[in-house]
Amino acid sequence: MSSVHLDVEAVRADFPALARTVRNDKPLIYLDSGATSQKPVQVLDAVRSAYEQHNAAAHRGTHLLGEEATDLYEGARAKVAAFLAARPDEVVFTKNATEAVNLVAYALSAPGQLQVRAGDEVLITEMEHHANLVPWQQLCERTGATLRWLDVTPEGRLDTDDLDNMITGRTRIVAVTHQSNVTGTVPPVAEIARVAHQKGALVLADGAQSVPHQPVDVTTLGADFLVFSSHKMLGPYGIGVLFGRAELLEAMPPFLTGGSMIEVVRMEGSTFLPPPQRFEPGVPAIAEAAGLAAAVDYLTALGMDNVAAHEESLTAHALDALREIDGVRILGPDTTKDRGGAVAFEVDGVHPHDVGQVLDELGIAVRTGHHCAWPLHRALGVQASTRASFYVYNTHDEVDALADGIRYAQRFFGTG
Amino acid sequence: MQLESMYQDIILDHYRNPHHKGLRDPFDAEVHHVNPVCGDEVTLRVSLKDVNGEPVVEDVSYDSLGCSISQASASVMSDLVIGKPVAEAMTISQAFLELMQSKGEGQPDEGLLEDAVAFVGVSKYPARIKCALLGWMAWKDATAQAMEVAQ
Repeated sequence: MSSVHLDVEAVRADFPALARTVRNDKPLIYLDSGATSQKPVQVLDAVRSAYEQHNAAAHRGTHLLGEEATDLYEGARAKVAAFLAARPDEVVFTKNATEAVNLVAYALSAPGQLQVRAGDEVLITEMEHHANLVPWQQLCERTGATLRWLDVTPEGRLDTDDLDNMITGRTRIVAVTHQSNVTGTVPPVAEIARVAHQKGALVLADGAQSVPHQPVDVTTLGADFLVFSSHKMLGPYGIGVLFGRAELLEAMPPFLTGGSMIEVVRMEGSTFLPPPQRFEPGVPAIAEAAGLAAAVDYLTALGMDNVAAHEESLTAHALDALREIDGVRILGPDTTKDRGGAVAFEVDGVHPHDVGQVLDELGIAVRTGHHCAWPLHRALGVQASTRASFYVYNTHDEVDALADGIRYAQRFFGTG
Repeated sequence: MQLESMYQDIILDHYRNPHHKGLRDPFDAEVHHVNPVCGDEVTLRVSLKDVNGEPVVEDVSYDSLGCSISQASASVMSDLVIGKPVAEAMTISQAFLELMQSKGEGQPDEGLLEDAVAFVGVSKYPARIKCALLGWMAWKDATAQAMEVAQ
């Protein structure tokens, strides 16, 4: 199996981290991109260049460096917008996806036309990452609204059979992942959005695991809000994105306040800039935005369809390889249909921490634990799991090394 | 391979055949501790008795879910503290904590820590130190609560 449209060896050469060795002088096999991706030199160069050549506070000052910094920052916004088929003024830079969800959850509990009130409902799902779960619990605690959720089937799919009843006339927002960080499941966001919109509810999609891995077009996604983080898509830490439909952002009060987001400040009170600046107080993360723009360029040059096809091929291979191992149970869908490249699994008789430790000795980096999706693990009847997650630089040989490593762990602990 | 230095036979033996496991009555205090990173959990009970005016650990019983390190550590811990005066058990607990913070450089006192010296290899792996300490921290908490009840 090889990916015709993606030259993995050429890609790998762009990632300095992949050239290093880890424990026991083993080459690094990085299967933890669901947590954070590695960064190509193009991104590192963009960040360095921003600091070396264009370092100034954006949107301030009348000097050349200030203009260049502003151009870098606003250029990054335009680039991200184009990547999503959105308008630049619909792209708000946040710290990360988590902050973006909190921004929306805060705006919906503050006075304004979108305010959620006691008796309203918020619908989430059992497969959410804590980042798209806890802020909604908090919103409901603040407002007296009722939190409801869609269940997960034993196969790790979202149970949407009862969607029509779960989204009611009182539902104000539906928050759903666009790709599970544990099972890889891709829920039918467009279908959920269709029902939600019929009933007057808004929809927020958590794209932290989808935007880096598949083409995402906000004009067909159906969601009113989309959140994601730069660091999971080859970009730097510390910057993330909230896409929001323009009229919704316009109706939302600010979340964090201070400099850069005001129109007029008097001692008696202040007025605020229109979106997106309304939601971006303080000196923004200019170099990080430049790095994110470079990551978007990198992914665009590869082609998001090619990225998705490469990962689908790796995922299919991993599902096959893991299925062949006695005592291994894959959590979530066992085909690549509507499924991304996060493969979580249990190894009978070997705790995920111990599986991860053995793999680490072999140079294989995976995630172990509940992956910030505790309710999902509970729903699937497991305490914790081991997760391999794939990206543009992973190879089929690495998938085979993972399977060999699991067998080695079984022998080490006397279960295989 | 370094695996054998972390997973010494003593640890694997305790993991496969944990001592004192299972919740028992009577008890003076019960605690539930969780490692929020991985969801490993332990419910632990402590029963104290008074011997000539000094509190002594009469029994430690526990129920737990977790990795080999956390399971084995709880087993070793219960072996070490049951039957000892609380003050002495706390000294052992402190010595174990220091061993875990030693980054693999610790020179453990085998007379004091007995089987627990096997965990020195774990201290080289920051991600696993919490696993090794889960049972100990639960015991310390439960014992402190039991002492409060006694007063």
